[in-house]
Amino acid sequence: MTKRPKQAAPGPLEYLRRWPLQAWLVMVTVFLYAPLLTLMAFSFNDSKRNIVWKGFTLKYYEKVLQNESLLTAFGNSLTIAAICTLVSVILGAMTALLLWRFRFGGKTVLDGAMALPIVVPEICMGVAMLVFFAKVMPWPGGLPWPLNLGAIIISHISFSFPFVAVVVRARMASFNRELEEAAKDLGAGEWMTIRDVIIPHMQPSLVAGALLAFTLSLDDFVITFFTSGPDTVTFPVKVYSMVRFSVTPEVNAASTILIVLTVILTALALRFQGTDAVAGGHAPDPKA
Amino acid sequence: MPAPQKAAKAPAKTIISFENITKRYGKVVAVDNVSLTIEEGEFFSLLGPSGCGKTTLLRMLAGFETPTEGRILIDGQDVSEIPPNKRPVNMVFQSYAVFPHMTVAQNVAYGLKVDGVGAKECAERVEEALALVKLEGYGPRKPDQLSGGQRQRVALARALVKRPRVLLLDEPLSALDAKLREQMRSELTQLQDKVGITFIMVTHDQDEALAMACRCAVMNRGLLQQVATPSDLYEFPNSRFVADFIGQVNLFEGQLAVDEPDHAVIDSAEVGVPIYLDHGVTGATGSTVWAAIRPEKIEIYKRIDGADMIKMEDAPQGHNVVAGTITHLAYLGSETVFDVTLETGRSVKVVRSNLTRWDQEDFSWDEPVWLSWHACSPAMLTA
Ligand SMILES: Nc1ncnc2c1ncn2[C@@H]1O[C@H](COP(=O)(O)OP(=O)(O)O)[C@@H](O)[C@H]1O
Ligand SMILES: [Mg+2]
Repeated sequence: MTKRPKQAAPGPLEYLRRWPLQAWLVMVTVFLYAPLLTLMAFSFNDSKRNIVWKGFTLKYYEKVLQNESLLTAFGNSLTIAAICTLVSVILGAMTALLLWRFRFGGKTVLDGAMALPIVVPEICMGVAMLVFFAKVMPWPGGLPWPLNLGAIIISHISFSFPFVAVVVRARMASFNRELEEAAKDLGAGEWMTIRDVIIPHMQPSLVAGALLAFTLSLDDFVITFFTSGPDTVTFPVKVYSMVRFSVTPEVNAASTILIVLTVILTALALRFQGTDAVAGGHAPDPKA
Repeated sequence: MPAPQKAAKAPAKTIISFENITKRYGKVVAVDNVSLTIEEGEFFSLLGPSGCGKTTLLRMLAGFETPTEGRILIDGQDVSEIPPNKRPVNMVFQSYAVFPHMTVAQNVAYGLKVDGVGAKECAERVEEALALVKLEGYGPRKPDQLSGGQRQRVALARALVKRPRVLLLDEPLSALDAKLREQMRSELTQLQDKVGITFIMVTHDQDEALAMACRCAVMNRGLLQQVATPSDLYEFPNSRFVADFIGQVNLFEGQLAVDEPDHAVIDSAEVGVPIYLDHGVTGATGSTVWAAIRPEKIEIYKRIDGADMIKMEDAPQGHNVVAGTITHLAYLGSETVFDVTLETGRSVKVVRSNLTRWDQEDFSWDEPVWLSWHACSPAMLTA
C-alpha cells in the first residue's frame, strides 16, 4: 500500500479546502448569524447600555417575565399566529386543490390573483387593511380576548394563506393523477380519494405552508401596525414602541426568547415531518 | 377462408360489449365507432400503434372517460351512468399508481377497506393476493423499497384482491426491462389462467399481444381493424394495415386476373410473374388487390446462369417463382434475413431458418437466386 502524504494538495473537487471558498463560508456565516448572536449575547449583558460587555446576568429575562404588557403582547402574537396558521393552511390547501383539480372560467385570473398579496408591498396591504376595517367592516371594540384580535387575525390570514396556496399548488404539480384514479378504481369516492391519496401527497407542503404562515404572522409588523389598537398590541409592535425610547437589554432578552421559540418550533415541525419538507417535499419518483 | 381456430377455454359468454363507441376530444376522434364483444374468462388484448385510441377505450370501460356516442355493457348492463368506483372492473395503471405513503399490505387492503370488508377477512385476502403475485412477506415494505417489477405486482394484487369481473391492464409491461418483460409475459398468462378473471390488456407491442392473448383487437387511428386470435391475425390479416403491423410482410400490389372456385391468380407488375393462389377469393376480377407474403414463407435457391426456371409443384409453370439478386444479408443465428431485389427493381424480404449447422447453400451478397412460394402462402387483401 502506498502511503498517503499527510496534507495532500486539494483535489479538483475539494472546493472547501481552497481559501476562496473558505473565505466565502466565513462571510456567509458572519452575515447570517453575527447580528443574531450579538443580539443574544447582549441580552445577557449586565449593563443598561448595549455597547460594552459588563458581565453575565439573567436579570433582563426576569424583567421581561415581569413586564405585564410585553407578556400580553407576546401572548397576543402567539394566539394570532396559531389561529392564522390553522385557517391559512385550510384555506390555502383548499384554494390550491380547487385550482389544481378543476377547470373553470376565470381560473387563470384567480391563479394570478392568488399571488397578488405576495407581490403587493406590505405597506399598501397595511393601509388597505386600515381602510377596510375602518370603512367596510369595522371591528367592534371592547370584545373579550381573543375576539378583540379578530381584525389582526383576519388581516394576517389574508396575507398568509396565498403563501400556503402557492406552496401546496407547487407540490400538487408533482402529483400523479393515476393515483387519484387508482383510488377511485378501487372504490373510493371523492372525499375518500382526497383524504387517502391527495392529502398524504400534500402533507409536506402543508407543513411547509404552516411554518411559513406561522412565522409570517408572528413577525409581521407593518400590516399589524395599521390594524392593531391600544389593547391589541402584538410583540413586534410592542418591541417597536420600546425601541423608540431605547434599545434595552430587555428588548434583546424578549427577542432572544422569540428566536429560540421559533427555532424550536421549526425544528419540531421538520423533525415530525422527516426530511421531506427540507428536500422541497419531493418523494422519489417511482418511475425514475 | 379456412381458419384453424384456437380452442377457446371458456364457454363463450359475453361479459363486455362496446356498442358503436365513439369518443371525440374536440376535433380529434380518439375512438371511432368501435363495436366489440369480449368473452368471459378470456385474455383479450387491444393492440395498435401509439395514439390509436387503445387507452381511451380502456378508460371508457373503467369509467374515467365518457363515450361521446354509443354504450358499454358489462354483464349485459349499461354502465354509462355508473361511476368508476362502482364498476365491477379494476385497473392496473401504466405507472402502477401504487400509493407511495402506504405499505404494500395497506395498498392491497385499500380496496377492501373502502368496501367495508372486516379486518380478519381483509388480512386473509391480502395475504392470499400477495401470495398470488409471489410477494409473500413484502406486506410491511414501503413502495420505494421495491423494484419496478415488484411495484407492478403490488398493483396487480391490489386490483385482483377485489375479485373484479374484469381486470384492465394498460401497457403493463412497457416500463419493465427486457428480461423481466419476457418473464412477466408468462407469469401474467399463468396468473390469468389461475384466477380465471377476464383480462383486457392494452399494448402497442405486437409480440406481447400475440404471445399472451387469446384474442386481439387491432386498432388504427381510432378504428377497429380486426378482431381475431393471434394466429389468425398473422396468417389471415384482413387489411394491409394488420398484415404490416403484425410481423413482417411483403405486400405486392396487383390486379385480380383469375377468380375460380378452386384457385385465383394475381398479376403483379411489382413481382413480374403471376401469383397463384390455391383457393378462391372474394373480389372482382380486374380490381386492385394486394398479395401479402410473409418472409419465412418464401423459399430461396441458388440460380445458375442459363439454367431453367425452377417450378413449384403446386402452381403452374412460371407462377410463384421469380428471379432476383441478394442485395443484403444478415445472419441472425437462428435464421438468416435476406433482402432480394427482383428484376422489376422491387425488394423482397426473405427469412430462412438455419436448420443445420453446416449450410450447403452458402449464400453470399450479390448472388443470383430464385424466390418461390407455395400456392397457399399468399394472402389476398382488398383493403
Ligand atoms: N384527454 C385528452 N384530451 C385530448 N385528446 C386526447 C385525450 N386523451 C387522448 N387524446 C387523444 O386521443 C388519441 C388516442 O389516445 P390514446 O387512447 O391515449 O392512444 P393510445 O393509448 O392508443 O396510445 C390521441 O390522438 C390522443 O392525443
Ligand atoms: Mg396508451
